[in-house]
Amino acid sequence: MGVRQRPAKKLNKKTTKKVAKKATKKIAKKAAKKTTKKTDKNKALKKAIKKTAKKVVALPGLGHEVHLFNSIVELIRITSAEIPNDIQKVILEALAAEEKNTTAEYAMNIIKANIELAKKKSQPICQDTGTVLFYISHPANFDQIKFTKIVHKAILASTKKGYLRQNSVDSLTGENPGTNLGPGHPDLHFHQHTKNTVEIKLMLKGGGCENVGAQYSLPNNELGAGRDLDGVRKVILDAVQKAQGKGCGPGVLGITIGGDRGAGYVYSKEQLLRKLDDKNSNKVLADLEKDIVETSNKLGIGPMGFGGKTTLLGCKIGALNRLPASFFVSISYMCWAYRRQGIQLKADNSIQKWLY
Amino acid sequence: MKRLNYPFSKEQIRELRVGDMVLISGKLFTGRDAVHKRLHDGTKPPVELKNQIIYHCGPVVLQDKKTKKYEVKAAGPTTSIREEPYQWEVMRDYGIVGVIGKGGMGPKTLEGCKQYGCVYFHAIGGAAQVLAEKIKSVDSVHWLDLGSPEAIWELSVEEFPVVVTMDAHGGSLHSKVDADSKAALKNFL
Repeated sequence: MGVRQRPAKKLNKKTTKKVAKKATKKIAKKAAKKTTKKTDKNKALKKAIKKTAKKVVALPGLGHEVHLFNSIVELIRITSAEIPNDIQKVILEALAAEEKNTTAEYAMNIIKANIELAKKKSQPICQDTGTVLFYISHPANFDQIKFTKIVHKAILASTKKGYLRQNSVDSLTGENPGTNLGPGHPDLHFHQHTKNTVEIKLMLKGGGCENVGAQYSLPNNELGAGRDLDGVRKVILDAVQKAQGKGCGPGVLGITIGGDRGAGYVYSKEQLLRKLDDKNSNKVLADLEKDIVETSNKLGIGPMGFGGKTTLLGCKIGALNRLPASFFVSISYMCWAYRRQGIQLKADNSIQKWLY
Repeated sequence: MKRLNYPFSKEQIRELRVGDMVLISGKLFTGRDAVHKRLHDGTKPPVELKNQIIYHCGPVVLQDKKTKKYEVKAAGPTTSIREEPYQWEVMRDYGIVGVIGKGGMGPKTLEGCKQYGCVYFHAIGGAAQVLAEKIKSVDSVHWLDLGSPEAIWELSVEEFPVVVTMDAHGGSLHSKVDADSKAALKNFL
């Protein structure tokens, strides 16, 4: 994605190092005092390290909160305006594959121009800036409540700047307060991991593609789909055929085999966080992913449903255990305007690196 | 590439056929879910819609704090099929000659197009920047109480790129692609 911002790296490093050193010394001293009676020096050291680690990731000072706010606004801006490299590559391949002087090629050319223009103008690729889905991986002792508050502020600011459309409506009154905040909005998913860093992934998933998502319960008599992989394949292809051009194709599928209804959909969206060129470590699923893309692209639905060669750009499938009584296949469709990005934070909550 | 220039007329519209790539210049009115629901419930439109084009779009619009001028920041089409229950009524009651959206519409709308002289133009879904660039000015806004994305925005456009996918003669690219892909799928199951 290239260099997006140039923070005062040296300065930051120096100051954080100094602060960290001081903090370690202080804490180590305190810890050492406390444990003087105990002879186990290692224990004291371990404690000190632990405490320092805690400090680094627990959003300590106000300055760090400002950094976090800035990092999240920047994440929202980039996600809304720039297609990740792995997606862009496949879109360009799809453009090259379409027959010349067809409406399909015309559509792909406009898509290409749109990607370039959005990046240049730093404005939303698509006006439907979608459900704001955050996936946060963090170490232990991470303050989720404080983090959530800062995310809300960042969303308000991003809406005012036009990175996000006023996109959140009260389902009972129909009112749109224009803040993008409310029950269920934004949608935050926290995961604890063993690493010492914080990673924030963001997906903006528009309503058009969300509406063509589908959940099937196997067996499905109408489609002759049984409770096996062949049945799974049948319902997925049915969903592709039914979606036609409505979800802004060519698109990408994220799929869960198994789980309950709720987990199935949640996990299917998480499949969309995978890079398009990754390979499923499960061979059965890897083969199914390939088969779904190849078969879908023989259906002739094409970009926007105009007819043409590329109906799907990719397919990512995961499996969850199920109950003996249930066999769900949950399908999330992502449009070509595939808005997902991620950042890893430095200790001071500025952006360390981009994840896609 | 064909051109359709304002003021629009039924005669121009009836000349268009499925598959035509068209550049529209002139006036568009945005109208999506809440607008169609309100019209269906009996409220009269706040603007004259005769011989006009409705654009299924919920744009990102920012207002300049000093000049109070509106600027469209992103404006691609939204999925049209949700207006399938209402669209033919708007053709019948208010005489629109075109609908711009994405994903196509169903048999009621197709029949409406034939009976009242209207076409369905497919814009490229997701292409919010390319399409916003074709919008030269925001001339007025109505029903802002529905929220910015749902309001009626009166827009002047130049060379707004669309493809005719449903015409005034009963032709629909969507029903053709749907039938063909359904038949093709049978071979792979």
